[in-house]
Amino acid sequence: MTSDLDALESQSIFILREAFNRIDKVAMLWSIGKDSNVLLWLARKAFFGHVPFPIVHVDTSYKIPEMIAFRDRVAKEWNLPLIIGGNQTAIAAGMHPSRGRVTCCSALKTEPLKQIIKEHGFTGVIVGIRRDEEGTRAKERVFSPRSEQAEWDFKDQPPEFWDQFKTDFAPGTHLRIHPLLHWGELDVWRYIERENIPVVDLYFAKNGRRYRSLGCAPCTGTVESNATTIAEIIEELQTTRVSERAGRAQDKESEDAFERLRSQGYM
Amino acid sequence: MNAFTRLSALKIVIVGHVDHGKSTLVGRLLHETGTLPEGKVESLRQVCEKRGMPFEWAFVMDALQAERDQGITIDTAQILFHTDKRPYVIIDAPGHKEFLKNMITGAASADAGVLVIDAIEGVQEQSRRHGYLLHLLGLRQLAVVVNKMDAVDFSESRFNEVAEEIRAYLKEIGVTPTEVIPAAARHGDNIVVRSARMGWYEGPTVTEVLDEFAPAVEETSLPLRFPVQDVFKFDHRRIIAGRIESGRLKVGDRLLFSPSGKTARVATIEAWKVPVPAVSAVAGQSIGVTLDEQVFIERGQIASLLSEPPIGTDVFRARLFWLGRAPLSVGRRYKMKLVTAEHTVTVERIERVIDVNDLASVTTEWVERNAVAEVVLRARSQVALDEFVDDPKTGRFVLVDNFDIVGGGVISMKGFPDVRCRPDAQGLDLTAVAHKVTMKERVRANGHACGVLWLTGLSGSGKSTIAMEVERRLFSKGQQVFVLDGDNVRQGLCADLGFSSEDRAENIRRVGEVAHLFAQAGMIVIAAFISPYRADRDRVRAIAPDVFHEIYIDAPIEECQRRDPKGLYVKARKGAIPEFTGISAPYEPPLNPELVIDTSTLSIDEAVERVLRYVEHDLQRDLLPPLAARPDVSL
Repeated sequence: MTSDLDALESQSIFILREAFNRIDKVAMLWSIGKDSNVLLWLARKAFFGHVPFPIVHVDTSYKIPEMIAFRDRVAKEWNLPLIIGGNQTAIAAGMHPSRGRVTCCSALKTEPLKQIIKEHGFTGVIVGIRRDEEGTRAKERVFSPRSEQAEWDFKDQPPEFWDQFKTDFAPGTHLRIHPLLHWGELDVWRYIERENIPVVDLYFAKNGRRYRSLGCAPCTGTVESNATTIAEIIEELQTTRVSERAGRAQDKESEDAFERLRSQGYM
Repeated sequence: MNAFTRLSALKIVIVGHVDHGKSTLVGRLLHETGTLPEGKVESLRQVCEKRGMPFEWAFVMDALQAERDQGITIDTAQILFHTDKRPYVIIDAPGHKEFLKNMITGAASADAGVLVIDAIEGVQEQSRRHGYLLHLLGLRQLAVVVNKMDAVDFSESRFNEVAEEIRAYLKEIGVTPTEVIPAAARHGDNIVVRSARMGWYEGPTVTEVLDEFAPAVEETSLPLRFPVQDVFKFDHRRIIAGRIESGRLKVGDRLLFSPSGKTARVATIEAWKVPVPAVSAVAGQSIGVTLDEQVFIERGQIASLLSEPPIGTDVFRARLFWLGRAPLSVGRRYKMKLVTAEHTVTVERIERVIDVNDLASVTTEWVERNAVAEVVLRARSQVALDEFVDDPKTGRFVLVDNFDIVGGGVISMKGFPDVRCRPDAQGLDLTAVAHKVTMKERVRANGHACGVLWLTGLSGSGKSTIAMEVERRLFSKGQQVFVLDGDNVRQGLCADLGFSSEDRAENIRRVGEVAHLFAQAGMIVIAAFISPYRADRDRVRAIAPDVFHEIYIDAPIEECQRRDPKGLYVKARKGAIPEFTGISAPYEPPLNPELVIDTSTLSIDEAVERVLRYVEHDLQRDLLPPLAARPDVSL
């Protein structure tokens, strides 16, 4: 192995191939953020240019418009088997972060995700979360079981060692698979730079501010930054002490907001 | 030169008894290396204030609500930080006994370990258990931090006491700690900066010790082990995908896939988005290859070079840690996962349960949750594997019960023969030449079917006596019959072999091949061999299962010793014959023999009659046995 990025890449490819081989009906979540773009890229590497499972995007209707434009362009260019979901009933009924951020996230993200899983009979969903993003994600397994109600029992997780993952599970339950769990934010950007992976322009600074993490427009803020290129972002991350999800409002609604969201089935 | 080409992060696991200060150490490490996000400590201080409790450094790691309430680490968390030298992933593993599975989850992926011991309490049960398990998991670098030195007034003598106690324990299990460091994590003493309050200590600080650990290296110099993960056919290419676990391969290498025995050469190494295709690959890489021949390959096969094949066996010894809610017990069946292969295994024996506190052995019929034991496992079919000391990646496995991983183990073949996986006949580049006399013709000319009667049993059970008498009787009836006897072949065909388990295996292999040649010639072969190992006999059966008849000559060891026709038991008991079956080496009775002859209740005549009746009724029932398993050279 020639570099640390090669080692990260190889491990992720191993995980993706395990998921594809061991899980009957598997799909990959695509949030259009930088991590899930890297994940898509890794899938194409793992399967020699092919994406052998559906790509699911949950549209809340509040996504920043540039993200949707990017999604449609890349999906077409890469010929992705895209499934777009969303809780139309809740959107029509006027669900909005003003009714409570956690409530809104549950209704517009967790619920439609559960619906899609049920509708398509998915038994595994590949998600691009990382341990270094946030405390509860740090505790995740690579193959992480979810109950029939899609709940995460973080107090009683299966053992996971020697790259032997939990690939046996009861009917009705499903697995979340996390091939990027061992990556850091800086690794992601260095890999994007090395592989020349497309990302939404929102990550680059305009007028002294940029998005560090992408989500819905009402709940995602920018951070102070002058980084206008990937190289500058990498440089900025070497010294910053602002956390990656600093701009994500739903994490901060209460002390354990994010933990509650995740244990209910949020990604 | 890209300034961001970096070293891979070194993975450190922090273990120790509950409340000895693991999370505190980690929290402090993060703080002192400038890793924590701005305001993190402040916000945690505020939370503590709101709840009316004192701030603890441990809260940095214990970010989950439940943990703050209970005050113990439930799961394992991974956090990145870096010193001036390199980046680290720090794994904070829970010390509570109940959460051993989480500790193992964290520790198994670590490159090095830090064992935290409370200076007041000293070495406790979980200190020992964790030390033992880290070693069992294959971790070879361990430093010890004697924490809470502030609570013992930074006493040098107390430090020496604790340090000596843990050194003594670790020595017994074969571990030498790289350092034992006195520290007070809460106040930052000897974490990054040398403590002014322990002038008597001249050794390194915690971060200095971390920087001394050697990084993980991929095992590129070991024999090639490339387990097949999947076979892709997305386009015109048929790609064998997997990760090289050890060694290296290159285009043109002839691969042996074990245990199937298929062989083929590497035609190409495939990849997406590379300008020039690679011609070689090394351990750690997830790759895909195409082969020069369309042989049948499936997930679970382990590719090696022909010259360095893995062990092929259906029985092996393991040291395992048990995590299952239900105890592991003799006779229970589990799914075993070894790299990408899955096998069904049965617990044949529990040799001992190890008390990790005093390292004493206990003999029991079951292994309780969180215990460590040595067991013998038997698989339903051949498994390709290595001993853990030779190749950790293919020398370890997990057991699955229902939907859950319930244990992990490392493999040893102590006491079993070292028999390697072999290529099938095609793989040896042999082309069988067809005979012009068919089996049908031979059977018609002889007037009877052919077959191998394999008599197995202890020395003195009556194998040779019965064999010779059956030969006489069948010959008198005009049948083509010949006896292969243990002592006879050892004077010629196997004169170069001794009685080690390896040599015994080879002895039986040769005899098995010869017996089948006799059978192919149309004869009834009676092979009388102790052949104590089931695996050896199963391999003989596998040559041509349809003509193989296993006859168990059963007599209790006491009876055999009383008979002792060759005076061997007397010698063996005096120690004059090493590895004597039944005395100092095991005998594994057949599980499903075609016939059992109990010579402790039957006379010789009766025993002979039983065998003759079997030959007449069962062997001759189908006058044309198909010789299917081997490419049949006679048809």
